[in-house]
Amino acid sequence: MWLIRAWMEGEIKWSESLGKILYSCTTCNNCVQSCKFPFNNDIVNIIIAAREEAVANGLVMPGVARFFRNIEAYGNPYRELRENRGRWAEAMKIEPYTGQEFLFYVGCVGSFDEKGQRAAKALGELLLTAGISFGILGSAEECDGNEIHILGESRIFQMLRDRNAGLFEKAGVKKIITLSPHSYNVFRNEYPAGFEVFHYTKMLRDLIKEGKLKSTSKLNMRVTYHDPCFLGRHAGEYEAPREILKAIPGVDLVEMERNRENAFCCGGGSGNFYTDFSGGGENSPSRIRVREAYKTGANVLAVACPTCAVMLGEAIKDEGIEEKLIIKDISEIVKESAFPHNFQ
Amino acid sequence: MKEELLSQLAEIVGEDYVSNRPEELYLYSRDPGAQKPRRADYVVMPGTVTEVQQIIMLANREKLAITPMGAGLTLSALTVPLKGGMVMDMKRMNRIIEVNEASRYAVIEAGVTQAVLRAYLEKNHSHLQHSTPESPPTATVAGNILIHGHGHLTPRYGVNSQMVNGMEIVLPTGEVCKLGSCSVSPYWFSRDPLPDLMGLFLGWLGTTGIVTKISIQLFPKPAFRDLLLFVSDSAELIPGIIAELSQINLLENCFIITQEKPKWAQQIFYIIVVSGESEAEFETKKELHNRIFQKHRDKVSPVNEEPALTQLRERFLGVPPFAATAADFRKGGGFEYTGAILPIEVIPQAWQSGIEIAHKYDLMYQLGIQLLPNGHSVMLAYSYPFNRAYEDEAERARGALDDTNRLTLELGGVVWKPELSAQKLILEKMDANTCQLIDRIKKMLDPNDIMNPGNWEVA
Repeated sequence: MWLIRAWMEGEIKWSESLGKILYSCTTCNNCVQSCKFPFNNDIVNIIIAAREEAVANGLVMPGVARFFRNIEAYGNPYRELRENRGRWAEAMKIEPYTGQEFLFYVGCVGSFDEKGQRAAKALGELLLTAGISFGILGSAEECDGNEIHILGESRIFQMLRDRNAGLFEKAGVKKIITLSPHSYNVFRNEYPAGFEVFHYTKMLRDLIKEGKLKSTSKLNMRVTYHDPCFLGRHAGEYEAPREILKAIPGVDLVEMERNRENAFCCGGGSGNFYTDFSGGGENSPSRIRVREAYKTGANVLAVACPTCAVMLGEAIKDEGIEEKLIIKDISEIVKESAFPHNFQ
Repeated sequence: MKEELLSQLAEIVGEDYVSNRPEELYLYSRDPGAQKPRRADYVVMPGTVTEVQQIIMLANREKLAITPMGAGLTLSALTVPLKGGMVMDMKRMNRIIEVNEASRYAVIEAGVTQAVLRAYLEKNHSHLQHSTPESPPTATVAGNILIHGHGHLTPRYGVNSQMVNGMEIVLPTGEVCKLGSCSVSPYWFSRDPLPDLMGLFLGWLGTTGIVTKISIQLFPKPAFRDLLLFVSDSAELIPGIIAELSQINLLENCFIITQEKPKWAQQIFYIIVVSGESEAEFETKKELHNRIFQKHRDKVSPVNEEPALTQLRERFLGVPPFAATAADFRKGGGFEYTGAILPIEVIPQAWQSGIEIAHKYDLMYQLGIQLLPNGHSVMLAYSYPFNRAYEDEAERARGALDDTNRLTLELGGVVWKPELSAQKLILEKMDANTCQLIDRIKKMLDPNDIMNPGNWEVA
């Protein structure tokens, strides 16, 4: 905050080092929750405003600029072709969205990253099993713009928001299930009203409660759950993921020392899953978090966010504990319990 | 030369832990208080005692000043270099080394924060606590001790610097030295009955060495704890009530406060923290304190009205108390207070003059007393929030601080954690031989004058 102010007032100049400091903030919202001062709610907004200023002055870091260009040109940060966006669902019975009750919005990481795709497939299969009326946009799906917004590129964000909102309106979308808490955040808070948004953990929790999803086998897992920032601190949802895990026979849920409001960020927010300003060193957030998970004695680190899965999955490898702790999305764990023989 | 020094420091601590980049130096060249920025040339973060030693040896060779820093929250810029050089940020040395349950002490490194120690004790030794100051949770335990800080147990058990059992110091010439029982024993349990060398490092503002480890006393955490709240209009009553509270000597903590905004806060509030291990002990203590205030019922009454009742409880019942929830901070985040350590009898005059000084500088008054051990003295905090965006407001806050420090000394008090100008006022008033003793000790310990130079500088 001091540095932003100093930069605005010309006391310090823009530099690579200042850029790294500004862009390494993951907007995890911990400062907002912990700060006792009355301006606490504005802290993340101030970070975003400073990034908007950097964009306006052509000062963004090369990695961030690349992220912007890729999203604008390809609709995703990975430079993947748009027509491949729905490929993850090709072998499945998931239908294109044509006015069903729910749109399943998958997002960039869920569409293109291997760990994200596994979660998307598991969730898709669970929704089909539960008889939910839903469809996906496939190649027509566009980046939700959450990271673009918090990285301060308001022009591209407005373009994405208008394009998505127009698409939703035209297709008659009234209810959206998101795989990623990042999508959940931006749809709830930055998009025009007109549709309801649900993070998938709430859906699964309700489906299990209603008996529409049933466990068919007892798992043998010691699980610790990592609260994603955009589901936890940003949206206040801490219990639905835990209720799901507790409902699965054979899951022994153990908490990390820092959990719920105090959960430590995986380090992937604000596009850091791509730009990686916090790096992968021993003291990077993802490695610290993985060590916290390992300390619980769990053999499964459960996540409810594809970005967290990417960050923590890499960190597990860097820590060299991949044979002792594995990453699973909650949707995968539910699926494993519901269809033990089909699970891959 | 600068780059060469930087690379020598990097060789000691690693590249990630040294910087002369403008962004980092900007942060280390100021603190949240009203003092003007002063430039740091480097910041270095040692991770081990050996690294501290190596940095000190380098600083001696290069005649480079070292300003040791915990969290940098003194508000009087005591960790902002007066003569350039490097800030030695101790935050990486953050291990809790030992908690001894039987003798009730904790041995910690200098970078351990209040929040970390508190959380650690709650989790692992939930019946024990340390005396926690009314500062942000990121404040370091050692930093608070080294400036003679106060905590929530101070009225009962002492100023936090009195709770030190032992220290590990790196002297300004690079030797590592242990003080207290740990110098002859594996136990860090006592500063007595050896020659008390701890005083060479407490209150010296980092001019005599760098504390790397510290042993602090822990205390039982009581099962019952609550506030008694009373309100009055008369500052004249304060010394008498303090005397009566001290006579029974049963309170855990005691604050006496007033502030200009909101309007309900303009009265004088007594906040008595009472605690006990058994319900009977707790109820008896409450009853005895109630009796004291009942004796003055024509001038003092219990707080029964909102919003005072809720707001005072919210602010003062927690450990640490949350000043930020009630204090009238200005937009812009500037805040500084001066703590006057005062004899009891001058309180009414100090109180009234504090209000006048605030108004003279067109600032709003906020006065808060914390009782010091056994009611022998008080710390009267005169707070001056200001908007950092307006230099004239910061200048007025500095003016008010200066007037208040002069007032404190005129009344026979002493300024706590004094900024540079207040140090000068103190030294001007100090016995000449005492000044010379300070000077001789500094020169003996720090022949190259590298340790936070400019502080406690005898003319």
